Amino acid sequence: MKIKQLSIFLENKKGRLWKALNTLAEGNINIRALSIADTSDFGILRLIVPEPEKAKKLLEENNFVVKTKDVVAIELSDHPGGLSDVLKILNDSDINLEYLYAFVHEKKDKAIVLLRTDNLEQLIDVLDDGGTSLVPPEEVYDL
Amino acid sequence: MIWNEKAECMSRDDLEEIQLKRLQDVVQRAYQNVPHYHQKFEDIGVFPEDIQTLEDIRKLPFTTKDDLRQVYPFGMFAVPKKDIIEIHTSSGTTGKPVVSGYTQEDIELWSEIMARGLTMMGIDEEDIIQNTHGYGLFTGGFGVHYGAQKMGSTVIPISTGQTRRQIEIMNDFGTTVMIFTPSYGLYLSEVAEEEGFDPTNSQLKAIGFGAEMWTDEMRKEIEKRFGAPAFNIYGLTEIMGPGVAVECQQQKGLHICEDHFYPEIIDSKTSKIMEAGQTGELVLTNLSRQGMPVIRFITKDITRLNYNVCGCGRTLVKMDRITGRSDDMLKVRGVAVFPSQIEKALLKIDGVEPHYQIIVTRPNRLDEMEVQVETSPILFSDEVKEMVAIKNKIGSYIENEIGLRVNVTLVEPKSLPRSEGKAVRVIDKRNLC
Repeated sequence: MKIKQLSIFLENKKGRLWKALNTLAEGNINIRALSIADTSDFGILRLIVPEPEKAKKLLEENNFVVKTKDVVAIELSDHPGGLSDVLKILNDSDINLEYLYAFVHEKKDKAIVLLRTDNLEQLIDVLDDGGTSLVPPEEVYDL
Repeated sequence: MIWNEKAECMSRDDLEEIQLKRLQDVVQRAYQNVPHYHQKFEDIGVFPEDIQTLEDIRKLPFTTKDDLRQVYPFGMFAVPKKDIIEIHTSSGTTGKPVVSGYTQEDIELWSEIMARGLTMMGIDEEDIIQNTHGYGLFTGGFGVHYGAQKMGSTVIPISTGQTRRQIEIMNDFGTTVMIFTPSYGLYLSEVAEEEGFDPTNSQLKAIGFGAEMWTDEMRKEIEKRFGAPAFNIYGLTEIMGPGVAVECQQQKGLHICEDHFYPEIIDSKTSKIMEAGQTGELVLTNLSRQGMPVIRFITKDITRLNYNVCGCGRTLVKMDRITGRSDDMLKVRGVAVFPSQIEKALLKIDGVEPHYQIIVTRPNRLDEMEVQVETSPILFSDEVKEMVAIKNKIGSYIENEIGLRVNVTLVEPKSLPRSEGKAVRVIDKRNLC
Protein backbone atom coordinates (compact mmCIF):
# COMPACT_ATOMS: atom_id res chain seq x y z
CA MET A 1 0.00 0.00 0.00
CA LYS A 2 3.01 2.25 -0.05
CA ILE A 3 3.36 4.71 -2.86
CA LYS A 4 6.69 6.09 -3.97
CA GLN A 5 6.81 9.86 -3.82
CA LEU A 6 9.67 11.96 -5.16
CA SER A 7 10.93 14.97 -3.22
CA ILE A 8 13.00 17.51 -5.09
CA PHE A 9 14.99 20.32 -3.58
CA LEU A 10 14.35 23.68 -5.21
CA GLU A 11 16.35 26.81 -4.65
CA ASN A 12 14.17 29.84 -4.19
CA LYS A 13 15.22 31.23 -7.53
CA LYS A 14 13.29 32.15 -10.62
CA GLY A 15 12.82 29.31 -13.03
CA ARG A 16 13.79 26.43 -10.80
CA LEU A 17 10.32 24.93 -10.57
CA TRP A 18 9.90 25.30 -14.30
CA LYS A 19 13.26 23.59 -14.92
CA ALA A 20 12.27 20.60 -12.81
CA LEU A 21 8.85 20.21 -14.43
CA ASN A 22 10.24 20.78 -17.88
CA THR A 23 12.83 18.10 -17.34
CA LEU A 24 10.04 15.65 -16.59
CA ALA A 25 8.00 16.83 -19.54
CA GLU A 26 10.91 16.24 -21.87
CA GLY A 27 11.26 12.76 -20.43
CA ASN A 28 7.63 12.16 -21.20
CA ILE A 29 6.74 11.74 -17.58
CA ASN A 30 3.25 12.58 -16.55
CA ILE A 31 2.69 13.99 -13.07
CA ARG A 32 -0.19 12.48 -11.08
CA ALA A 33 -0.04 14.64 -7.99
CA LEU A 34 2.03 17.58 -6.87
CA SER A 35 2.66 19.63 -3.79
CA ILE A 36 5.20 22.26 -2.86
CA ALA A 37 6.39 23.02 0.64
CA ASP A 38 8.02 26.37 0.65
CA THR A 39 10.07 28.42 3.04
CA SER A 40 11.57 31.83 2.36
CA ASP A 41 14.84 30.16 1.41
CA PHE A 42 13.98 27.04 -0.53
CA GLY A 43 11.14 24.77 -1.60
CA ILE A 44 10.54 21.03 -1.57
CA LEU A 45 8.60 19.78 -4.57
CA ARG A 46 6.74 16.53 -3.95
CA LEU A 47 5.55 14.50 -6.89
CA ILE A 48 3.71 11.31 -7.66
CA VAL A 49 4.65 9.99 -11.07
CA PRO A 50 3.96 6.63 -12.77
CA GLU A 51 7.61 5.60 -13.00
CA PRO A 52 9.30 7.08 -9.96
CA GLU A 53 12.71 5.45 -10.44
CA LYS A 54 12.96 6.60 -14.05
CA ALA A 55 11.91 10.11 -13.09
CA LYS A 56 14.41 10.24 -10.25
CA LYS A 57 17.25 9.22 -12.52
CA LEU A 58 16.25 11.78 -15.11
CA LEU A 59 16.12 14.57 -12.57
CA GLU A 60 19.45 13.60 -11.04
CA GLU A 61 21.08 13.65 -14.44
CA ASN A 62 19.92 17.23 -14.63
CA ASN A 63 21.55 18.10 -11.31
CA PHE A 64 18.51 17.97 -9.10
CA VAL A 65 18.71 16.50 -5.63
CA VAL A 66 15.93 13.92 -5.34
CA LYS A 67 14.77 11.67 -2.55
CA THR A 68 12.20 8.90 -2.62
CA LYS A 69 9.80 8.56 0.24
CA ASP A 70 6.87 6.30 0.83
CA VAL A 71 3.42 7.72 1.29
CA VAL A 72 -0.05 6.28 1.61
CA ALA A 73 -3.07 7.18 -0.51
CA ILE A 74 -6.62 7.07 0.77
CA GLU A 75 -9.85 7.49 -1.07
CA LEU A 76 -12.51 9.79 0.30
CA SER A 77 -16.08 10.41 -0.64
CA ASP A 78 -16.30 13.79 -2.13
CA HIS A 79 -18.40 15.52 0.56
CA PRO A 80 -17.73 17.84 3.49
CA GLY A 81 -16.28 16.07 6.46
CA GLY A 82 -14.64 13.33 4.43
CA LEU A 83 -11.12 14.31 5.41
CA SER A 84 -11.80 15.42 8.97
CA ASP A 85 -13.35 12.02 9.68
CA VAL A 86 -10.11 10.38 8.68
CA LEU A 87 -8.01 12.81 10.67
CA LYS A 88 -10.12 12.05 13.75
CA ILE A 89 -9.20 8.40 13.40
CA LEU A 90 -5.53 9.33 13.24
CA ASN A 91 -5.77 11.70 16.20
CA ASP A 92 -7.42 9.02 18.32
CA SER A 93 -4.51 6.74 17.61
CA ASP A 94 -1.95 9.43 18.31
CA ILE A 95 -0.57 9.41 14.81
CA ASN A 96 1.33 12.55 13.93
CA LEU A 97 1.21 13.46 10.25
CA GLU A 98 4.22 15.07 8.62
CA TYR A 99 2.20 16.42 5.74
CA LEU A 100 -0.60 15.62 3.36
CA TYR A 101 -1.94 16.82 0.05
CA ALA A 102 -4.97 16.04 -2.04
CA PHE A 103 -6.27 15.83 -5.60
CA VAL A 104 -9.28 14.52 -7.47
CA HIS A 105 -9.57 10.99 -8.88
CA GLU A 106 -10.90 11.66 -12.33
CA LYS A 107 -12.16 8.21 -13.03
CA LYS A 108 -14.09 7.72 -9.85
CA ASP A 109 -15.07 11.24 -8.83
CA LYS A 110 -13.48 10.83 -5.48
CA ALA A 111 -10.85 12.77 -3.60
CA ILE A 112 -7.47 11.15 -3.07
CA VAL A 113 -5.35 12.23 -0.16
CA LEU A 114 -1.65 11.41 0.16
CA LEU A 115 -0.36 11.10 3.68
CA ARG A 116 3.13 10.97 5.06
CA THR A 117 4.14 9.99 8.56
CA ASP A 118 7.15 8.40 10.18
CA ASN A 119 5.58 5.04 10.85
CA LEU A 120 3.70 4.05 7.71
CA GLU A 121 2.99 0.52 8.89
CA GLN A 122 1.14 1.87 11.87
CA LEU A 123 -0.69 4.35 9.66
CA ILE A 124 -1.84 1.62 7.30
CA ASP A 125 -3.09 -0.49 10.20
CA VAL A 126 -5.01 2.34 11.80
CA LEU A 127 -6.58 3.40 8.52
CA ASP A 128 -7.57 -0.19 7.79
CA ASP A 129 -9.11 -0.62 11.22
CA GLY A 130 -10.96 2.62 10.81
CA GLY A 131 -12.50 1.41 7.58
CA THR A 132 -10.72 3.92 5.39
CA SER A 133 -10.32 3.05 1.77
CA LEU A 134 -6.64 2.73 0.87
CA VAL A 135 -5.68 3.16 -2.73
CA PRO A 136 -3.18 0.68 -4.14
CA PRO A 137 -0.06 2.05 -5.86
CA GLU A 138 -0.96 0.79 -9.34
CA GLU A 139 -4.17 2.72 -9.25
CA VAL A 140 -2.41 5.91 -8.16
CA TYR A 141 0.28 5.64 -10.82
CA ASP A 142 -2.32 4.95 -13.39
CA LEU A 143 -4.68 7.84 -12.71
CA MET B 1 50.60 70.85 15.83
CA ILE B 2 53.29 68.22 16.02
CA TRP B 3 53.62 66.01 19.09
CA ASN B 4 57.26 65.15 18.77
CA GLU B 5 58.88 67.60 16.40
CA LYS B 6 62.34 66.18 16.86
CA ALA B 7 61.27 62.69 15.84
CA GLU B 8 58.67 63.59 13.25
CA CYS B 9 60.63 66.24 11.34
CA MET B 10 64.21 65.06 11.43
CA SER B 11 66.32 64.84 8.31
CA ARG B 12 66.36 61.53 6.43
CA ASP B 13 70.04 61.15 7.24
CA ASP B 14 69.45 61.45 10.98
CA LEU B 15 66.46 59.14 10.68
CA GLU B 16 68.40 56.46 8.85
CA GLU B 17 71.17 56.61 11.40
CA ILE B 18 68.68 55.98 14.19
CA GLN B 19 66.98 53.24 12.20
CA LEU B 20 70.23 51.39 11.61
CA LYS B 21 71.24 51.54 15.25
CA ARG B 22 67.86 50.28 16.36
CA LEU B 23 67.81 47.60 13.70
CA GLN B 24 71.13 46.24 14.85
CA ASP B 25 69.88 46.28 18.41
CA VAL B 26 66.60 44.50 17.65
CA VAL B 27 68.30 41.85 15.55
CA GLN B 28 70.70 41.21 18.41
CA ARG B 29 67.87 40.92 20.95
CA ALA B 30 65.84 38.68 18.68
CA TYR B 31 68.77 36.42 17.99
CA GLN B 32 69.64 36.09 21.65
CA ASN B 33 66.21 35.85 23.22
CA VAL B 34 63.70 34.49 20.72
CA PRO B 35 64.25 30.80 19.86
CA HIS B 36 62.30 31.16 16.62
CA TYR B 37 64.62 33.88 15.35
CA HIS B 38 67.72 32.28 16.74
CA GLN B 39 66.94 29.14 14.77
CA LYS B 40 65.93 31.02 11.64
CA PHE B 41 69.10 33.10 11.62
CA GLU B 42 71.26 30.03 12.21
CA ASP B 43 69.48 28.23 9.37
CA ILE B 44 70.31 30.91 6.84
CA GLY B 45 73.66 31.82 8.31
CA VAL B 46 72.90 35.48 9.04
CA PHE B 47 73.95 36.97 12.35
CA PRO B 48 73.58 40.33 14.12
CA GLU B 49 77.04 41.43 13.06
CA ASP B 50 76.01 41.02 9.38
CA ILE B 51 73.72 44.04 9.71
CA GLN B 52 76.00 46.92 8.80
CA THR B 53 73.68 48.99 6.58
CA LEU B 54 69.92 49.40 6.33
CA GLU B 55 69.92 47.39 3.11
CA ASP B 56 71.28 44.45 5.07
CA ILE B 57 67.79 44.01 6.47
CA ARG B 58 67.14 42.17 3.21
CA LYS B 59 69.41 39.38 4.44
CA LEU B 60 66.95 38.65 7.21
CA PRO B 61 64.09 36.14 6.87
CA PHE B 62 60.46 37.22 6.68
CA THR B 63 58.01 36.49 9.46
CA THR B 64 54.51 35.32 8.60
CA LYS B 65 51.32 35.20 10.59
CA ASP B 66 51.64 31.42 10.63
CA ASP B 67 55.09 31.72 12.21
CA LEU B 68 53.52 33.72 15.01
CA ARG B 69 50.65 31.23 15.34
CA GLN B 70 52.96 28.29 15.57
CA VAL B 71 54.65 29.53 18.72
CA TYR B 72 51.37 30.20 20.48
CA PRO B 73 51.07 31.41 23.10
CA PHE B 74 54.26 33.12 24.24
CA GLY B 75 56.97 31.75 21.95
CA MET B 76 57.82 35.14 20.41
CA PHE B 77 58.46 36.96 23.66
CA ALA B 78 62.00 38.33 23.95
CA VAL B 79 61.77 39.02 27.66
CA PRO B 80 60.86 36.94 30.74
CA LYS B 81 57.10 36.53 31.11
CA LYS B 82 57.00 38.64 34.24
CA ASP B 83 58.19 41.64 32.23
CA ILE B 84 55.17 41.36 29.96
CA ILE B 85 52.55 43.56 31.57
CA GLU B 86 49.86 43.42 28.90
CA ILE B 87 48.66 40.94 26.34
CA HIS B 88 46.49 41.39 23.27
CA THR B 89 45.49 39.00 20.53
CA SER B 90 44.61 39.38 16.88
CA SER B 91 40.96 39.61 15.94
CA GLY B 92 38.84 37.01 14.30
CA THR B 93 39.80 33.41 14.78
CA THR B 94 38.45 31.28 17.56
CA GLY B 95 41.26 28.87 16.83
CA LYS B 96 44.82 29.88 17.62
CA PRO B 97 45.10 33.65 17.52
CA VAL B 98 48.32 35.61 17.36
CA VAL B 99 49.39 36.79 20.78
CA SER B 100 51.04 40.18 21.25
CA GLY B 101 52.93 40.97 24.45
CA TYR B 102 53.98 44.37 25.83
CA THR B 103 56.48 45.49 28.46
CA GLN B 104 56.15 48.76 30.33
CA GLU B 105 58.38 50.46 27.76
CA ASP B 106 56.31 49.03 24.93
CA ILE B 107 53.16 50.52 26.43
CA GLU B 108 54.93 53.85 26.66
CA LEU B 109 56.05 53.53 23.07
CA TRP B 110 52.50 52.71 22.02
CA SER B 111 51.24 55.74 23.90
CA GLU B 112 53.85 57.89 22.18
CA ILE B 113 53.01 56.79 18.65
CA MET B 114 49.28 57.17 19.23
CA ALA B 115 49.84 60.59 20.75
CA ARG B 116 51.71 61.55 17.58
CA GLY B 117 48.85 60.18 15.53
CA LEU B 118 46.08 61.95 17.39
CA THR B 119 48.03 65.21 17.34
CA MET B 120 48.48 64.78 13.60
CA MET B 121 44.70 64.78 13.34
CA GLY B 122 44.56 68.17 15.06
CA ILE B 123 43.71 66.88 18.54
CA ASP B 124 45.08 68.18 21.85
CA GLU B 125 44.52 67.99 25.61
CA GLU B 126 41.35 70.09 25.39
CA ASP B 127 39.60 67.42 23.34
CA ILE B 128 36.99 64.92 24.50
CA ILE B 129 37.57 61.63 22.71
CA GLN B 130 34.80 59.03 22.46
CA ASN B 131 36.46 55.69 21.79
CA THR B 132 34.05 53.16 20.28
CA HIS B 133 36.75 50.58 19.55
CA GLY B 134 36.50 47.43 21.66
CA TYR B 135 38.41 47.43 24.94
CA GLY B 136 39.69 43.95 25.46
CA LEU B 137 42.02 41.68 23.59
CA PHE B 138 41.51 43.83 20.53
CA THR B 139 44.22 46.49 20.34
CA GLY B 140 41.93 49.24 19.04
CA GLY B 141 40.42 50.22 22.37
CA PHE B 142 43.51 50.39 24.52
CA GLY B 143 45.79 51.81 21.83
CA VAL B 144 43.66 54.89 21.29
CA HIS B 145 43.14 55.13 25.02
CA TYR B 146 46.85 55.21 25.82
CA GLY B 147 47.53 57.85 23.19
CA ALA B 148 44.70 60.01 24.42
CA GLN B 149 45.86 59.78 28.01
CA LYS B 150 49.44 60.54 27.05
CA MET B 151 48.21 63.76 25.50
CA GLY B 152 46.03 64.58 28.46
CA SER B 153 42.80 64.58 26.49
CA THR B 154 39.56 63.49 28.13
CA VAL B 155 38.86 59.98 26.93
CA ILE B 156 35.43 58.33 27.15
CA PRO B 157 36.16 54.57 27.08
CA ILE B 158 32.65 53.64 25.92
CA SER B 159 33.93 50.74 23.76
CA THR B 160 31.62 49.04 21.25
CA GLY B 161 27.83 48.90 21.02
CA GLN B 162 25.13 50.68 23.02
CA THR B 163 24.48 52.83 20.01
CA ARG B 164 21.72 54.95 21.47
CA ARG B 165 23.83 55.63 24.52
CA GLN B 166 26.72 56.59 22.22
CA ILE B 167 24.53 59.28 20.67
CA GLU B 168 23.35 60.46 24.05
CA ILE B 169 26.92 60.79 25.27
CA MET B 170 28.05 62.59 22.13
CA ASN B 171 25.40 65.14 22.91
CA ASP B 172 25.60 65.31 26.71
CA PHE B 173 29.38 65.19 27.09
CA GLY B 174 30.13 67.37 24.06
CA THR B 175 32.37 64.84 22.35
CA THR B 176 34.87 66.56 20.05
CA VAL B 177 36.53 63.46 18.59
CA MET B 178 34.89 60.19 17.53
CA ILE B 179 36.90 57.01 17.01
CA PHE B 180 35.12 54.24 15.10
CA THR B 181 35.25 51.75 12.23
CA PRO B 182 33.82 53.29 9.03
CA SER B 183 30.84 50.94 8.94
CA TYR B 184 29.97 51.62 12.57
CA GLY B 185 30.34 55.31 11.90
CA LEU B 186 27.73 55.14 9.16
CA TYR B 187 25.42 53.20 11.41
CA LEU B 188 25.90 55.69 14.23
CA SER B 189 24.98 58.54 11.94
CA GLU B 190 21.73 56.83 11.02
CA VAL B 191 20.77 56.23 14.62
CA ALA B 192 21.75 59.81 15.40
CA GLU B 193 19.27 60.98 12.81
CA GLU B 194 16.56 58.84 14.37
CA GLU B 195 17.34 60.25 17.77
CA GLY B 196 17.20 63.78 16.46
CA PHE B 197 20.86 64.49 17.11
CA ASP B 198 22.67 66.36 14.34
CA PRO B 199 26.42 65.70 14.49
CA THR B 200 27.10 68.51 12.03
CA ASN B 201 25.71 70.90 14.62
CA SER B 202 27.73 69.52 17.52
CA GLN B 203 31.12 69.97 19.13
CA LEU B 204 32.57 67.30 16.87
CA LYS B 205 35.77 68.44 15.16
CA ALA B 206 37.62 65.29 14.08
CA ILE B 207 37.13 61.59 13.43
CA GLY B 208 39.64 58.78 13.62
CA PHE B 209 38.68 55.62 11.75
CA GLY B 210 40.33 52.29 11.09
CA ALA B 211 40.34 48.51 11.49
CA GLU B 212 38.54 48.11 8.18
CA MET B 213 38.97 48.57 4.45
CA TRP B 214 37.67 51.92 3.24
CA THR B 215 37.34 54.02 0.11
CA ASP B 216 37.61 57.72 -0.49
CA GLU B 217 33.86 57.72 -1.11
CA MET B 218 33.31 56.21 2.31
CA ARG B 219 35.50 58.82 3.96
CA LYS B 220 33.67 61.66 2.21
CA GLU B 221 30.34 60.20 3.24
CA ILE B 222 31.45 60.03 6.87
CA GLU B 223 32.76 63.57 6.76
CA LYS B 224 29.50 64.76 5.30
CA ARG B 225 27.35 63.04 7.90
CA PHE B 226 29.42 64.11 10.85
CA GLY B 227 30.51 67.51 9.61
CA ALA B 228 34.13 66.86 10.58
CA PRO B 229 37.31 65.70 8.82
CA ALA B 230 38.01 61.97 9.10
CA PHE B 231 41.52 60.53 9.37
CA ASN B 232 42.68 56.96 8.92
CA ILE B 233 44.47 55.20 11.78
CA TYR B 234 46.42 52.13 10.71
CA GLY B 235 47.93 49.44 12.84
CA LEU B 236 48.19 45.74 13.43
CA THR B 237 48.30 43.63 16.55
CA GLU B 238 51.39 41.72 15.51
CA ILE B 239 53.50 44.86 15.33
CA MET B 240 51.85 46.82 18.15
CA GLY B 241 48.33 48.08 17.47
CA PRO B 242 46.77 51.26 16.07
CA GLY B 243 49.20 54.11 15.60
CA VAL B 244 51.77 52.40 13.42
CA ALA B 245 50.68 54.92 10.81
CA VAL B 246 48.20 57.80 10.97
CA GLU B 247 46.92 60.39 8.51
CA CYS B 248 47.81 64.03 9.04
CA GLN B 249 45.52 66.92 8.17
CA GLN B 250 46.72 66.88 4.56
CA GLN B 251 44.79 63.62 4.15
CA LYS B 252 47.18 62.48 1.44
CA GLY B 253 48.56 59.35 3.03
CA LEU B 254 49.46 58.02 6.46
CA HIS B 255 52.75 58.86 8.21
CA ILE B 256 54.47 55.71 9.43
CA CYS B 257 56.39 56.07 12.69
CA GLU B 258 59.41 54.76 10.85
CA ASP B 259 61.79 55.54 13.67
CA HIS B 260 60.06 52.64 15.42
CA PHE B 261 58.63 50.57 12.56
CA TYR B 262 60.76 50.00 9.49
CA PRO B 263 58.64 49.69 6.34
CA GLU B 264 59.42 47.81 3.15
CA ILE B 265 57.32 47.05 0.11
CA ILE B 266 57.71 43.67 -1.57
CA ASP B 267 56.25 41.98 -4.62
CA SER B 268 53.67 39.46 -3.33
CA LYS B 269 54.76 36.75 -5.67
CA THR B 270 58.54 37.14 -5.87
CA SER B 271 59.23 38.86 -2.52
CA LYS B 272 61.48 41.25 -4.40
CA ILE B 273 61.89 44.67 -2.79
CA MET B 274 59.92 47.37 -4.59
CA GLU B 275 61.02 50.98 -5.11
CA ALA B 276 59.34 53.94 -3.47
CA GLY B 277 56.14 54.72 -5.30
CA GLN B 278 55.61 51.14 -6.46
CA THR B 279 52.62 49.25 -5.11
CA GLY B 280 53.18 46.00 -3.27
CA GLU B 281 52.86 44.22 0.04
CA LEU B 282 53.82 46.09 3.19
CA VAL B 283 56.48 44.50 5.40
CA LEU B 284 57.13 45.94 8.86
CA THR B 285 59.96 45.49 11.36
CA ASN B 286 59.84 46.51 15.01
CA LEU B 287 62.89 48.63 15.74
CA SER B 288 62.41 49.47 19.40
CA ARG B 289 59.88 47.02 20.76
CA GLN B 290 61.10 45.12 23.81
CA GLY B 291 58.53 42.48 24.65
CA MET B 292 57.96 40.93 21.27
CA PRO B 293 60.06 42.34 18.44
CA VAL B 294 58.86 41.09 15.08
CA ILE B 295 61.21 41.18 12.14
CA ARG B 296 60.10 41.70 8.53
CA PHE B 297 56.47 40.84 9.19
CA ILE B 298 54.50 40.25 6.01
CA THR B 299 51.33 42.21 6.64
CA LYS B 300 49.61 41.16 3.40
CA ASP B 301 48.32 44.73 3.08
CA ILE B 302 48.80 46.27 -0.34
CA THR B 303 50.08 49.85 -0.45
CA ARG B 304 52.99 52.00 -1.60
CA LEU B 305 55.44 54.40 0.04
CA ASN B 306 55.97 58.10 -0.55
CA TYR B 307 59.15 59.67 0.81
CA ASN B 308 58.45 63.26 -0.24
CA VAL B 309 58.25 65.86 2.50
CA CYS B 310 54.63 66.36 3.49
CA GLY B 311 52.77 69.67 3.50
CA CYS B 312 52.40 69.23 7.24
CA GLY B 313 56.18 69.48 7.70
CA ARG B 314 56.76 65.89 8.79
CA THR B 315 59.53 63.93 7.11
CA LEU B 316 58.24 60.51 8.18
CA VAL B 317 57.45 58.38 5.14
CA LYS B 318 53.83 58.17 4.07
CA MET B 319 51.88 55.14 2.92
CA ASP B 320 48.77 55.17 0.75
CA ARG B 321 45.54 53.86 2.20
CA ILE B 322 45.44 50.08 1.98
CA THR B 323 43.81 49.07 -1.29
CA GLY B 324 43.60 45.34 -0.72
CA ARG B 325 44.99 42.18 0.79
CA SER B 326 47.32 39.78 -0.91
CA ASP B 327 45.54 36.80 0.57
CA ASP B 328 41.91 36.05 0.81
CA MET B 329 41.35 37.26 4.33
CA LEU B 330 38.17 39.20 4.77
CA LYS B 331 37.24 41.64 7.43
CA VAL B 332 33.59 41.40 8.25
CA ARG B 333 32.35 43.76 10.95
CA GLY B 334 35.94 44.21 12.00
CA VAL B 335 36.50 40.48 12.44
CA ALA B 336 39.12 38.69 10.34
CA VAL B 337 37.65 35.73 8.44
CA PHE B 338 39.39 33.29 6.15
CA PRO B 339 37.44 31.19 3.65
CA SER B 340 39.43 28.23 4.89
CA GLN B 341 37.69 28.57 8.24
CA ILE B 342 34.33 28.24 6.51
CA GLU B 343 35.60 25.23 4.69
CA LYS B 344 36.79 23.69 7.93
CA ALA B 345 33.38 24.16 9.53
CA LEU B 346 31.53 22.72 6.55
CA LEU B 347 33.70 19.66 6.32
CA LYS B 348 32.83 18.78 9.90
CA ILE B 349 29.24 18.12 8.85
CA ASP B 350 28.37 14.83 7.19
CA GLY B 351 27.06 15.17 3.70
CA VAL B 352 28.26 18.71 3.17
CA GLU B 353 30.62 19.00 0.29
CA PRO B 354 33.16 21.82 0.21
CA HIS B 355 31.25 23.57 -2.53
CA TYR B 356 30.44 26.86 -1.02
CA GLN B 357 30.54 30.52 -1.73
CA ILE B 358 30.83 33.44 0.61
CA ILE B 359 29.02 36.60 -0.29
CA VAL B 360 29.65 39.69 1.74
CA THR B 361 27.36 42.66 1.45
CA ARG B 362 26.63 45.78 3.35
CA PRO B 363 22.89 46.28 2.87
CA ASN B 364 22.32 48.54 5.87
CA ARG B 365 25.71 49.97 6.76
CA LEU B 366 26.64 46.84 8.72
CA ASP B 367 28.36 43.91 7.04
CA GLU B 368 26.34 40.79 6.27
CA MET B 369 27.86 37.49 5.32
CA GLU B 370 25.99 34.84 3.39
CA VAL B 371 27.43 31.38 2.97
CA GLN B 372 25.93 29.43 0.10
CA VAL B 373 26.28 25.70 0.42
CA GLU B 374 25.34 23.14 -2.18
CA THR B 375 22.69 20.65 -1.19
CA SER B 376 23.80 17.07 -1.65
CA PRO B 377 21.63 13.94 -1.64
CA ILE B 378 22.88 13.13 1.85
CA LEU B 379 22.05 16.57 3.09
CA PHE B 380 18.63 16.75 1.48
CA SER B 381 15.67 15.73 3.58
CA ASP B 382 12.08 15.46 2.51
CA GLU B 383 11.01 17.44 5.52
CA VAL B 384 11.15 21.19 5.74
CA LYS B 385 11.90 21.15 9.44
CA GLU B 386 14.85 18.89 8.89
CA MET B 387 16.19 21.10 6.15
CA VAL B 388 15.84 24.11 8.39
CA ALA B 389 17.63 22.21 11.14
CA ILE B 390 20.48 21.40 8.77
CA LYS B 391 20.67 25.00 7.70
CA ASN B 392 20.88 26.05 11.33
CA LYS B 393 23.44 23.40 12.09
CA ILE B 394 25.69 24.64 9.32
CA GLY B 395 25.20 28.16 10.62
CA SER B 396 26.20 27.24 14.14
CA TYR B 397 29.26 25.28 13.04
CA ILE B 398 30.41 28.29 11.07
CA GLU B 399 29.69 30.63 13.95
CA ASN B 400 31.76 28.39 16.18
CA GLU B 401 34.65 28.66 13.81
CA ILE B 402 34.70 32.35 13.02
CA GLY B 403 32.80 33.94 15.88
CA LEU B 404 30.31 35.64 13.60
CA ARG B 405 26.69 34.91 12.77
CA VAL B 406 26.15 34.28 9.06
CA ASN B 407 23.19 33.59 6.81
CA VAL B 408 23.26 30.13 5.33
CA THR B 409 21.60 29.55 1.97
CA LEU B 410 21.20 26.06 0.59
CA VAL B 411 21.61 26.02 -3.16
CA GLU B 412 21.21 23.39 -5.80
CA PRO B 413 24.06 21.05 -6.61
CA LYS B 414 26.54 22.21 -9.26
CA SER B 415 25.07 25.67 -9.18
CA LEU B 416 28.17 27.22 -7.66
CA PRO B 417 30.99 28.00 -10.09
CA ARG B 418 33.79 25.49 -10.36
CA SER B 419 37.24 26.54 -11.41
CA GLU B 420 40.37 25.03 -12.86
CA GLY B 421 42.65 26.55 -10.26
CA LYS B 422 41.85 28.32 -7.06
CA ALA B 423 38.13 28.62 -6.58
CA VAL B 424 36.71 32.05 -6.13
CA ARG B 425 35.27 31.51 -2.73
CA VAL B 426 34.47 35.05 -1.86
CA ILE B 427 32.31 37.59 -3.54
CA ASP B 428 32.68 40.87 -1.78
CA LYS B 429 29.92 43.19 -2.89
CA ARG B 430 30.77 45.92 -0.48
CA ASN B 431 32.51 48.11 -3.02
CA LEU B 432 35.44 48.78 -0.75
CA CYS B 433 37.90 49.50 -3.48
